[in-house]
Amino acid sequence: MIAITRRLSIAAAAAVALVGGFSGVASAQTELTFWTWRQEDRAAYQIFFQAFEKANPGIKVRFEGFEPANYQTILSTALAGGRGPDVMQVRAYGNLESIAKPGYLMALDKTNAPETANFPDSALAAESLRADGKVYALPFASQTMLVVYNTELFTKHGVTPPQSWDELVALCKALKAKGVMPFANGTATAWQNETIVQALLSSLLGKEFEADLLSGKADFTDPRFVGALTKLNELKDYFAPNFSGIDYASSQQLFAAGSAAMFAGGSYEVAAFQKQNPRLKLGVFASPPAKAGEPSLVAVFYDGGYAVNARTDKKEAALKLVRWLGTPEFGTMLSSALQNVSPIKGVRAEAPAVQQVMKLNESAMSYLMLVHFRYQEPSGSVLLQAGVQKMLAGQTTPAEVGAEITKGIATYYAPFKK
Amino acid sequence: MGSATRHRLWVTFLVTPPLAVMAMFVVYPILSAFSYAFFSWHGLSREAFVGLENFADLFAKPHYAQPIMRAFGHNLIVLAALLVVQNGGGFLLAWFLYREPFGFRFHRVAVFLPVILSSVIVAFLWKLLLHPNFGAVNGALNAAGLGNLALPWLGDSRTALAALIFANAWHWIGFPTLVFLAGMQRIPREVLESAELDGASQIQVLRRIVWPLAAPSATVTFTLLFIGAFNWFELPYLMTGLEGSPFGSTDVLGLVFYRLAFGNQSASVQDFGHGSALATLLFLFMAAVATAATIRLRRREIAL
Repeated sequence: MIAITRRLSIAAAAAVALVGGFSGVASAQTELTFWTWRQEDRAAYQIFFQAFEKANPGIKVRFEGFEPANYQTILSTALAGGRGPDVMQVRAYGNLESIAKPGYLMALDKTNAPETANFPDSALAAESLRADGKVYALPFASQTMLVVYNTELFTKHGVTPPQSWDELVALCKALKAKGVMPFANGTATAWQNETIVQALLSSLLGKEFEADLLSGKADFTDPRFVGALTKLNELKDYFAPNFSGIDYASSQQLFAAGSAAMFAGGSYEVAAFQKQNPRLKLGVFASPPAKAGEPSLVAVFYDGGYAVNARTDKKEAALKLVRWLGTPEFGTMLSSALQNVSPIKGVRAEAPAVQQVMKLNESAMSYLMLVHFRYQEPSGSVLLQAGVQKMLAGQTTPAEVGAEITKGIATYYAPFKK
Repeated sequence: MGSATRHRLWVTFLVTPPLAVMAMFVVYPILSAFSYAFFSWHGLSREAFVGLENFADLFAKPHYAQPIMRAFGHNLIVLAALLVVQNGGGFLLAWFLYREPFGFRFHRVAVFLPVILSSVIVAFLWKLLLHPNFGAVNGALNAAGLGNLALPWLGDSRTALAALIFANAWHWIGFPTLVFLAGMQRIPREVLESAELDGASQIQVLRRIVWPLAAPSATVTFTLLFIGAFNWFELPYLMTGLEGSPFGSTDVLGLVFYRLAFGNQSASVQDFGHGSALATLLFLFMAAVATAATIRLRRREIAL
């Protein structure tokens, strides 16, 4: 009998200790939820968050990944219902607006997040609302439109990255003569047409053209735009055979398999190609200018940023996390773990491919349509994609494409209304 | 309690639960979707009441009206083509199976087999088969010495919609076949035998006896095809993308609706107002035509 009571009392004491212990943990620990569409980065983020938790005892971060295509819908539904995560990855530009404008995100400034000073203006602009000019997220990565090339194929056939447009055409001709497919690109997937334009034509378009678009001095009927598209038409014979039927996945495979020497696309392709074929040796170069010696440009955009839910009841902890995500320490971790270019000043990349892209970024224009004309219907991107797809299929002219884009954007863009 | 009252109570008791379920899961969602069309939206937050403005915009603003009219035209082409290939082909296949040729049991299963595949699998399969460089279709054409007929089927604006229609017919032809076959098997053998005794040719039997007597099957297959053709979404979405590539040549109303309401990667705008307005119009149009067609086709049916 005594034995039983003793056992019972031990059990009771243990139970009290357990309950007490748990409630103690609950009061000291704040758990933040973090939402993202980058499910594939789960492992990397676990490591980032461990570092954060070590530096900020008492805060735990839970990573939750969602399917990229539906992320925007899932996130806005949750936020509209008053739920949603404490901290989240949001996209940039027009997609940011649809989340930030209804007031779901906390505005960040020098006082509540001094880390905003770590970013260049163009990066903060990507995560600002045009209406109030406030920043709603700290950017995490920039992407660059450029040409990825297979260095082994280049060496084998004795060619080097082109310094001018004519050199690019000559290079394609030489490769084709030797039975090598110059570009793996195809046009069947609509958005690929936009990446092709900016990967190959940015130098021909020029930074001045971008400035003139914004001031209203030029529209897309401008000779710089029409001329650049005319040049692109010269190059289509060097795309994948039957390029009009080659979709994004097929063209990626062609390049990753080593069948083609170049791929006009984004810097995000480098990591994807390496993953598909680790033996591939890759280099990158910027779109070639009209004449050798003129500046060659890449086109840059920001992927998205980290934002705080305006209605979270863990504001302090959430803000701590987002501020940490804006430090050079984190930027360096992100860049080395995910091979991304961090926009945070003072971040030095280890991977040579990332270093190369960062070097090219020093001479850059915007990824035009996403950065400036993807806020309203009809979206400049959709107009450009359909127009270029049609032009490369030989069913419309560069001048007509320029006129169509201008007409569409003029329905809402004041500088084009004449 | 009188027996009439008890009967009425009993009926009410039995009918209420299914009615409640219908109201909650069918009627309410449809009506609330209709109501969305009368508001302006910002993302998922509902803003001002705008009356019929969203509906008017769909016709008045060219960046809505042009894709909608083009997509509507494509839906009509899809309906007409599938009516001939899928339903017409299904009728002939059913006649072939009805006459129980050698191995008809195998053929019956083979014809119906694709119907049970999911659209995702069918889309992936036909995308591979139609691949311009590695696809079996162009491979066969090249091997047969018809290399100049080998086209980038899904990338060429002249063939892309036809290729989708063909893939759809391949996927679904077993369904009308089965319905027509069941209809034919209901026709009394004596009718066909007496026609044959009177010296009617195969074509005459098919045209003057089988076709009119299988009319109920035609009504069902036409109505379902009409609804399917105007709700067409999965196959074009999976095979040529949300934009109806190349440059809108495979764009249909289902894709236009999705882009309007939910946006896409290349257009950041989500707009439930205009999206719901289009969905409402599409629903009303389909309900009206399907009702009219059913009434009209029913009249043609002969009771045996």
